Amino acid sequence: MEKIPILKLGPFLLVTIQVDMHDQLALSLQDELAARIVSTRARGVLIDISALEVVDSFIGRMIGNIAAMARVLDAETVVVGMQPAVAITLVELGLSLDGVRTALNVDSGMALLQERVTAGS
Amino acid sequence: MAVVRRSVIEVRSSEDIVRVRQDVRNSAIAQGFNLVDQTKLVTAASELARNVVQHGGGGTVEIILVNDAGRRGVRLIFADHGPGIPDVEQAMTDGFSTVGGLGLGLGGARRLSNEFRIDTAPGKGTRVTIGRWH
Repeated sequence: MEKIPILKLGPFLLVTIQVDMHDQLALSLQDELAARIVSTRARGVLIDISALEVVDSFIGRMIGNIAAMARVLDAETVVVGMQPAVAITLVELGLSLDGVRTALNVDSGMALLQERVTAGS
Repeated sequence: MAVVRRSVIEVRSSEDIVRVRQDVRNSAIAQGFNLVDQTKLVTAASELARNVVQHGGGGTVEIILVNDAGRRGVRLIFADHGPGIPDVEQAMTDGFSTVGGLGLGLGGARRLSNEFRIDTAPGKGTRVTIGRWH
């Protein structure tokens, strides 16, 4: 069964989506992340979507769900690396990813999460 | 109008939706679409293919490469024999969903396409045709 790897990096979880996810895979990632946030007591989740060539409303909803779920579990989510063509398309599709923090790349996404942990401690 | 190539994909599962995305991407590339136009067409196709699976109980996606007066385009036909849509206007409205989704599928696909046509009636299935030109 294919699976998207979730890496633990200090107090954060790092997910790099490198395949064109089918819907079930997206749903299982959502479940898996919830479990890992709790088991690792993660303070933040960084999702790298730089390899994703398409974000449709299903994937968009999954990203929003992950952010909402993480927030409830006291973790911050940052989505990084969205391709320009994907961003243009998402807006035209009508999806604004409200409530999801974004950053241009992994470095600035990590910096955002670090800030949050430092501010909270 | 000249049809350059025509192919049909059966769609029943979420893996089939991935295949639709890949085939539509390749067709858009073959017709010389730039990256943004490719992405718009592939995203629209993904929304409509998911409708075929979720609402239509499966069906087909036809991919047609067309050339017309020097313009190159891709036309896609999504057909199912599901229950059909009783109120098309309502179904096209952003935020309307019968399956707990975001309700952006039909309206979003229309915005991402240059041509959009929907034929449906209760009990008669649904057929959505979209086109995008280079």
